[in-house]
Amino acid sequence: MVSRRIVLHFPHRLVNQPIIYKLVKEYDLQFNILKAFVTPQEEGLMVLELSGKKENFAKGMEYLESCGVRIQPLSQDVVRNEDKCTNCGVCVPICPTEALVVDPQTRKVLFHNKKCIACELCVKICPPRAMEVSF
Amino acid sequence: MRTINEINEKIKNGQVVVLTAEEVIELVEKKGIKKAAQEVDVVTTGTFGPMCSSGAYFNIGHSKPRIKIGGGTCTLNDVPCYTGFAAVDIYLGATAIPDDDPRNKIYPGEFKYGGAHVIQEIVAGSDVRLEAVAYGTDCYPRKKLETLINIKDLNEAVLFNIRNAYQNYNVAVNLSDKPIYTYLGMLKPNLGNANYCSAGQLSPLLKDPYYKTIGIGTKIFLGGGIGYVAWQGTQHNPSIPRKENGIPKVPGGTLAVIGDLKQMKPEWLVGTSMLGYGVTLVVGIGVPIPVLNEEVIQYAAAKDKDICAPVVDYSSNYPQIIPGSLGEVNYEQLKSGKIIIQGKEVPTGNLSSYSRARLIAEELKSWIKKGDFTLTEPVAKLPQAESGYGFKLLKERSIITKEV
Repeated sequence: MVSRRIVLHFPHRLVNQPIIYKLVKEYDLQFNILKAFVTPQEEGLMVLELSGKKENFAKGMEYLESCGVRIQPLSQDVVRNEDKCTNCGVCVPICPTEALVVDPQTRKVLFHNKKCIACELCVKICPPRAMEVSF
Repeated sequence: MRTINEINEKIKNGQVVVLTAEEVIELVEKKGIKKAAQEVDVVTTGTFGPMCSSGAYFNIGHSKPRIKIGGGTCTLNDVPCYTGFAAVDIYLGATAIPDDDPRNKIYPGEFKYGGAHVIQEIVAGSDVRLEAVAYGTDCYPRKKLETLINIKDLNEAVLFNIRNAYQNYNVAVNLSDKPIYTYLGMLKPNLGNANYCSAGQLSPLLKDPYYKTIGIGTKIFLGGGIGYVAWQGTQHNPSIPRKENGIPKVPGGTLAVIGDLKQMKPEWLVGTSMLGYGVTLVVGIGVPIPVLNEEVIQYAAAKDKDICAPVVDYSSNYPQIIPGSLGEVNYEQLKSGKIIIQGKEVPTGNLSSYSRARLIAEELKSWIKKGDFTLTEPVAKLPQAESGYGFKLLKERSIITKEV
């Protein structure tokens, strides 16, 4: 079994195709949509957790790429600008997945990318705006 | 035990013993008050939190021909300045925002840029765009000025904050069923989080709760440079309830501080945006506490556990000024990441960077040890706990005069 959080970018021409349906039907993959939106006339974006058998997962990815969907691992999406972060910690109780935690010794805020689901709640509430989104 | 003059002699001779407030806590625990007081000359403190009543004044130099900005209008990077002074003196407040900022019209407003950000850019040495409009006089005929300015060319650039370094602060929570956006951050509904704002055991006025050593004229670390306590801060309130250790249970004393912006650094003056609230400046302040006697070090050794803050509802109690707190928590509990309110476990967030406060206390310690920073005797005391000085609410009165 593999399970990964990924970001899918759908070009405009694919927005009305049942792509996720095929992932389930043809490749027996489970999905949990964390976020999705469609920008009019531009592209669709979906953040999801995808899991299934290793070989099915690989085939599913191949299928997505063959359709023209761009795949990105989720950890790249929210990044912390280390120059801007003051390590105050106001983001910590806002983060739903404990991707942002305070180190009890250094009192610095640690950002665990792997736990981040890119909900972006921290982005606008960060006083020095150190959390940046890069899709 | 020792005087400030004696401490300064030791600083000059390189013999001074300086500890940060954290280190002095450990020393007192190990050796006791008496021994610690004999060994330590100075305790350094630090805080790095948002302080809205901050700002800077500038004298930009006279243009040719002359312009009288006083009584006119002036913006720096589109952020309006106060111009009610002489010809080329202006004051930029931390919370000022461009006239065309949508504010909270699109709720919650983002407040991406304002006075605090301009101050940080000026300190960083960036050029900023000044635009001024004046009415013109015989001696100051010019009516319009558009120019880039840079801190290195200004005559004076002075940080002058009328309220900083609050002695203790509320812990903010939200009892309503909607998220709210406050100066203490976003508060999730139904006690979703509890936000606080203090360096606790490192915070200057919590380490000298009765203002015995910190007074008007005290030399301090301000924004990475040297500053001074100019006066008590606005809303200075020494007449509040205190614990038996002297530490205020609610927001108490404050400081007004001043210092040369040209010496300061952008990492210690940070422009920030509070979602749905506004722009504010995070200011780094460090105050040295001279160990004049055992009493001083006893106060300076107060631990997070000894310092309590009130939990206040910001959905109704705070805005409507309804007295009442949801209880008291200490900073050790707050720093653990979770507190219990009304039987519910609530995650905590600090708005004041403890790791940066620690760096400030360490930096100030190194300045003193190197002999770069001597201590000053205050020229006057801040209003004291028994003085009767306090702060009141506004008494609104009708402006319609009755016909006789």
